[in-house]
Amino acid sequence: MRPRIARAAPAVVLVAALLGAWELYVEVSGVQADLLPAPHSVAAALWDNGGLVWRNFAVTAEEVVLGLGLALAAGFLLAVAIHLSPLLRRAIYPLAVGSQAVPIPVIGVLLVFWWGFGIFPKLVVIALICFFPVLVTTVDALAAVDPDQAKLLRTLDASRWQAFRFAELPAALPAALSGARIALAVGVIGAFIAETTTPTSGAYTGLGREILTDAAGFQTPRAYAGTAVLFVFAIACFHALAVAERRIAPWNIQRRGDPL
Amino acid sequence: MPTELQSRAQPSPSRTADGDGILLENVSRSYADARGGVVQALTDVSLRAAHGELLAVVGPSGCGKTTLLELLCGLQRADSGSIACAPAVLMPQRDLLLPWLSAVDNAALALRIARLSRVRARARAAALFVELGLDGFEDALPHELSGGMRQRVAFLRTLLSGKPLLCLDEPFGALDAITRGEMQEWLAGTLARQPRTVVLVTHDVEEAILLADRVAVLSPRPGRVIAQLEVELDRPRARTDADVIALREQALLALATSGRR
Repeated sequence: MRPRIARAAPAVVLVAALLGAWELYVEVSGVQADLLPAPHSVAAALWDNGGLVWRNFAVTAEEVVLGLGLALAAGFLLAVAIHLSPLLRRAIYPLAVGSQAVPIPVIGVLLVFWWGFGIFPKLVVIALICFFPVLVTTVDALAAVDPDQAKLLRTLDASRWQAFRFAELPAALPAALSGARIALAVGVIGAFIAETTTPTSGAYTGLGREILTDAAGFQTPRAYAGTAVLFVFAIACFHALAVAERRIAPWNIQRRGDPL
Repeated sequence: MPTELQSRAQPSPSRTADGDGILLENVSRSYADARGGVVQALTDVSLRAAHGELLAVVGPSGCGKTTLLELLCGLQRADSGSIACAPAVLMPQRDLLLPWLSAVDNAALALRIARLSRVRARARAAALFVELGLDGFEDALPHELSGGMRQRVAFLRTLLSGKPLLCLDEPFGALDAITRGEMQEWLAGTLARQPRTVVLVTHDVEEAILLADRVAVLSPRPGRVIAQLEVELDRPRARTDADVIALREQALLALATSGRR
């Protein structure tokens, strides 16, 4: 565990320096607290509203984790379909690229009309935003399997399915997780978009909607407090995915170096 | 080796009259290159090897040696000429071990493909680990093995396919000289215990003389057979034996004259 702490040190130092500079800037420039609250008032807002922030965070965290899971599954299955069928490649790939240009508010109401005020429309929004990197990295990994490997498997009398199962599928799994790490970078903001475009009926509507409400209602420190929580959450998720990737593909990490 | 694996059908080439030997007659093969030109890989190649023999094919880079192996394995078809050989298995130049499988699981790949259960396939492969000098490395992942050990695992994977004809494509080409020497001895010893018909492609004339019963020397592209040497020396052979050196000189001379042509 010791080296891990040492590895985190540069980031911790940088964050501390940035917080110091921020605090100093607010102090010296006299910028309004509604526009930019000082770190200490953000920390105070987090402390005072811990329960509210926590409950909303729990909602958002669930959305991100499940939404990313959905994106992983959808991206992976689409990638396999594209890999195995040139016809599906030509049919699906342009659509997948185009889907990334769809502004979510356009379809938000429709999703609610279909699936109601629960969590599912939000998962669909997150998955829609996140599946694409998974799809691309997985398709590339499936195509990157050595052509000589295919020849070898043919002389071992492997069927197309066996070649897929023994050589291609295991190569694609870590690539899909790699794609999920890229997806995560947009996944948390995806949850924000999901919450603010599809209404929720529950008591706690998620951190994204809470931040939007606070920002509009001159509760800027609390909006920043919520943002700080999302910030830390994204790092934690990235870490978790890196650990998962290291677990299932230790040979990859050795070749490429550890992501975090 | 159980016959259940040996009897599995191979689409091409056809079976030979001569048991599990090889008979190539006037085989030519060309293919289109990336710029739309035609590359003549092999011209009028005739070769033979009897059942249980090791045929070494030597020649300069790009003389169509890999094409020759792919023809034998049925991965390509000849433009003209005839090929008769038993079902063949390819051991490519690089070991191509699957990085997520342990050594024993990699070795057992052919058995898994033949639909043995994982437990039975592993047991069959593990039984040969001692004989091939791999004991203790059963559960090592490929990236934890040295180059020589990886080639041993790749060879065992080839062996366990149960095919009577092994096509080895420069199996030791990527190894350092000391390891290569060890691996040549190892291969000679292993084939003495597990006899197979083998076609060994190499650019190392000495390796060919040390291991083979018969050496075919190919010219630069387009590959033609420019010399065939019978190596009727007792085993084990040493690279310092006078007979080995004499045959090596003979093969090198053939290569040198073909290059000057």
